[in-house]
Amino acid sequence: MSDLKKPNSFKNFPDEHGNFGKYGGRFVAETLMPLLIEVNRAWESAQKSKKFKHELNYFLDHFVGRPSPLYLAERMTEYLNGAKIYFKRDELNHTGAHKINNCIGQILLAKEMGKTRIIAETGAGQHGVATATVAARFGMDCIIYMGHTDIDRQKSNVFRMELLGAKIIPVYSGTGTLKDAMNEALRDWVSNVDDTFYIIGTAAGPHPYPEMVREFQSVIGKETREQILNLENKLPDTLIACVGGGSNAIGLFHPFLDDENVDLIGVEAGGKGLKTKYHASSLNGGRPGILHGNRTYLLQDDDGQISDAHSISAGLDYPGIGPEHSWLHDIGRVKYVSINDNEALDAFQMCSRIEGIIPALEPSHALAYLSKLAPKLNKDHIIIMNMCGRGDKDIFTVAEKIKEKNS
Amino acid sequence: MNSRIFETFLKLKKNNRKGFIPFITAGDPTIGMSLDIIKSLPKVGADLIEIGMPFSDPMADGKIIQASSLRALKEGITIEKILEMISKFRQENATTPIVLMGYFNPIYNFGIDKFLSYCKESGVDGLIIVDLPYEHDSELCIPARKSGLDFIRLIAPTTTDERMPLLLNQSSGFVYCISLSGITGSKEAQIKVVNDTIHRIRKSSDLPIAVGFGIKTPQQASEMLLSADATVIGSIIVEKINEIYSSDKEDNKKLKLINDFINTFSNEIHKQVRN
Repeated sequence: MSDLKKPNSFKNFPDEHGNFGKYGGRFVAETLMPLLIEVNRAWESAQKSKKFKHELNYFLDHFVGRPSPLYLAERMTEYLNGAKIYFKRDELNHTGAHKINNCIGQILLAKEMGKTRIIAETGAGQHGVATATVAARFGMDCIIYMGHTDIDRQKSNVFRMELLGAKIIPVYSGTGTLKDAMNEALRDWVSNVDDTFYIIGTAAGPHPYPEMVREFQSVIGKETREQILNLENKLPDTLIACVGGGSNAIGLFHPFLDDENVDLIGVEAGGKGLKTKYHASSLNGGRPGILHGNRTYLLQDDDGQISDAHSISAGLDYPGIGPEHSWLHDIGRVKYVSINDNEALDAFQMCSRIEGIIPALEPSHALAYLSKLAPKLNKDHIIIMNMCGRGDKDIFTVAEKIKEKNS
Repeated sequence: MNSRIFETFLKLKKNNRKGFIPFITAGDPTIGMSLDIIKSLPKVGADLIEIGMPFSDPMADGKIIQASSLRALKEGITIEKILEMISKFRQENATTPIVLMGYFNPIYNFGIDKFLSYCKESGVDGLIIVDLPYEHDSELCIPARKSGLDFIRLIAPTTTDERMPLLLNQSSGFVYCISLSGITGSKEAQIKVVNDTIHRIRKSSDLPIAVGFGIKTPQQASEMLLSADATVIGSIIVEKINEIYSSDKEDNKKLKLINDFINTFSNEIHKQVRN
């Protein structure tokens, strides 16, 4: 450990084995272990490589469109009549969400490693679209695993991926959702170890993925920090982000972990409520276990079989969460709350009308919590919420739900 | 006292024979039927028995074992019920080793100490845990060996020479050589790959070696046994059990048909002699 790091820093994790406290690790079949060690080696040397950094920054600036603005949501601030509200506008990125920050990083790594075939899992399709986009840009074959139930509810993203040249493989195994798509992608990887790179979309999976995804997404938090200091000459009081697997949240939070006066709030999807079986709140409604290569909080039954998650937002519909979030939850550095489907739906509409931004259903969960919290706070209290995706993909789901509600 | 697995391989060696290890999923097609099948396995030539503990998300398994795991879970199989089945088997059979194969989460959830003591009580001999590489040995492997269970390691074609001794260091019973880079029951086992892996294993270990994954015919099994000591036959048996069970044959004939099928493998395997 370098002397420059604070001994008690929250930012010194994971350790060399990929552990965040007792979470994380590398729980995979032996066939994949040598491969993960190879990915880790490539990742470590990429972090030290000026060329890699240079290339990454080039594509973030010119292909993704970074930096994304930090935007004062004046009308929302006025409407909620409390704290001063900023949005980090990651929905303005190419492909409409934060997912591409990570995909660009990982495909550059794949290129460094000489891999020619890219695989990925997707739930809502945002990570699939981002992966298909970078695969097209770098001329690589791209296979996207997607649960058949998600294919039905995210048709426009399926078509976008096909336009970008990706092959979509519907997953019927298990319950045909995101977790099964991830299982299937892992099975593909085990079967095609020589030429394939697996671009995992969230800050979960076996080491080094949680760390790697966090680092690629930390561009969100680093920019935010610089931007808010320029605008307000001080750090924010509160950061809010939605969490499914938790990649946008950890990307925003990580550069602020050691700023103890900055409150960090992760918003889980509460589905139809934590008292029902239909939610996706791994931290507030699950317990630690092992899935997809890491130890973390999971939704599971009494026998340790994984349960299905439920959320109105396909992107939060995952029965696990990144291991760093599990650790931050246990040590209390981040507060994790839960917002249900209806609250998110209301926030979706409210933001569209008041601020002229149609948010994705994922950050609508963060917005819903924001609209509960902000009115209780003073005008000099600064909240930054990560607008991690735009809502175009969700308009049909939302239209249907509004119809249901009104009938 | 030597373990049942050790004794079994010793006896095979003395008799100049190769070992047959059938795999079945616990609780598939029903809990009762799978107990009947397990009980009959030694009679149709099983030298060891591998029992799959169903998990909702079996990352290393192909479609056949995925489907059988889901059927078994629907039947209500749990770790406790699997171990009850094994106790019942042990009332009739004191010599054929039983190895449990599964994923870590259900065991972690059940409680490591409780799981290990229940395993010992019910007569389990060894564990194969797919998603626990040696880097996580302190979690289950070392406690299991302390409580007298064998911990069987999976070795893949991708395992590097550098990793090999580290992996084999804490393993016991036998070594499970994965025949291919892939999942169970998918591609076909490659004899060249297997020979290479076995050659590399033997440099680091004297343990007997069983080959598994992708072995679909008795002929393939005997081909593998030119270099291995035993062979695991899984997906093809699981598939056949389901096929026979779903047919409209009378119940008492089903077990016989299953046994006949398993016999075609054991007959072929037991023709092989050690060289």
